Amino acid sequence: MAWSPALTAERIRELLREVKDPEVPVLDIVEMGLVRDVVVEGEGVRVDITPTYSGCPAMEVIEAEVRAALAAHGISGATVRRVFAPAWTTEWMTDAAREKLRAYGIAPPPPGPAEPVAPLGFGPTVRAVSCPFCGSPATVLESTFGSTACKSLHRCEACHQPFEHFKPH
Amino acid sequence: MAAASGSSRSSSPDLDLFELLLRLGDDRLVLGHRLSEWCGHGPILEEDIALANIALDLVGQANLFLGLAGTVEGEGRDADALAYFREAVEFRTCRLVELPRGDFGMTMMRQFLFDTWSWHRLGRLRESSHAELAGLAERSRKETTYHLRHSSTWVVRLGDGTEESHARVQRALDDLWWFTGELFVTDEVDARLAERGIAPDPAVLREPWEETVREVLVRATLHAPEVPVVARPARRGDHTEHLGHLLAEMQILARSHPGASW
Repeated sequence: MAWSPALTAERIRELLREVKDPEVPVLDIVEMGLVRDVVVEGEGVRVDITPTYSGCPAMEVIEAEVRAALAAHGISGATVRRVFAPAWTTEWMTDAAREKLRAYGIAPPPPGPAEPVAPLGFGPTVRAVSCPFCGSPATVLESTFGSTACKSLHRCEACHQPFEHFKPH
Repeated sequence: MAAASGSSRSSSPDLDLFELLLRLGDDRLVLGHRLSEWCGHGPILEEDIALANIALDLVGQANLFLGLAGTVEGEGRDADALAYFREAVEFRTCRLVELPRGDFGMTMMRQFLFDTWSWHRLGRLRESSHAELAGLAERSRKETTYHLRHSSTWVVRLGDGTEESHARVQRALDDLWWFTGELFVTDEVDARLAERGIAPDPAVLREPWEETVREVLVRATLHAPEVPVVARPARRGDHTEHLGHLLAEMQILARSHPGASW
């Protein structure tokens, strides 16, 4: 197998950008902040992944695709390890990823540390989510859970477009 | 205190930690299964999707806690072995999660009572001296926050809704209240785990739980029953009649086709 002479963690990270999130195919797993660590040990490669949600069905697909993407570049037998602490947060998503989400029609989570979400579903704590289509802040929450656990369902009162929001987490 | 870790002592597994992880995992597995029964039957499409998502989160959390339980036990059992190949008497669920889903009001009230307990408990578990458990608690707490937002909103909407919805959700509260007592019982396992800084003493969760529950009930114009909550521990395998039926349905595929994958 043709091992690249310059097989570095950095190079592996570049290759991992070919792996897209199956639920949000415009984003790769690096810009989503899922890749916690890449370790090149001797002839082996280990990739540490932090799952977004405990029950996220995409994780197994992502793990298989990481191995496949590396194998396509001659790196076979990479191990993928799930790391749970510290817990994944939308803060790790890059600004470029947020912009891609918006262009894709999904309102991105706000940048910076995810503010603690109030546990009760009422009161003055509900943050306005701007419409990804027209930018209007006049939107209403339809449901805390959308097509996947990581997204909520909203409707824009200005342009009447329903849309999803990647929840701060 | 040293960071206690059962998995590091392979010669004698940390059976208290194993027990705790079964309790955490089993509650979520069984409640997740109950919620999944709504799939395709939700009152509106959005709610059908929401319940399926919450079920998925809970089963995912169960997978993590049971996976760690298997590691701690050190007998080569993984999460699937623990979920599908134990008998009802070996489950460590509380009775609250075993009860049938009932109507939508019953489902939401049970979810709210459980979510509130879970939210406060996971909050404390984030401080566990067991680093891996603390990590799983941190991960699960974020999800539980959204679950509680959802269930508390519905309790208010149904309670402060129509005459029919109010009556139904009040009846659910009356029926379920008795089952909340055991959530706050401290047995010898809990006492030892609290002493070691691994998990909070269940008794300390009662006050914050009651505070959150009362805040929502007031808003929902609902009333907690004026009956003492009897705490009869079920954690030793003393279950409602409903658990066995649920497990029969949940486990049959794995038992009929051991090792099957898809």
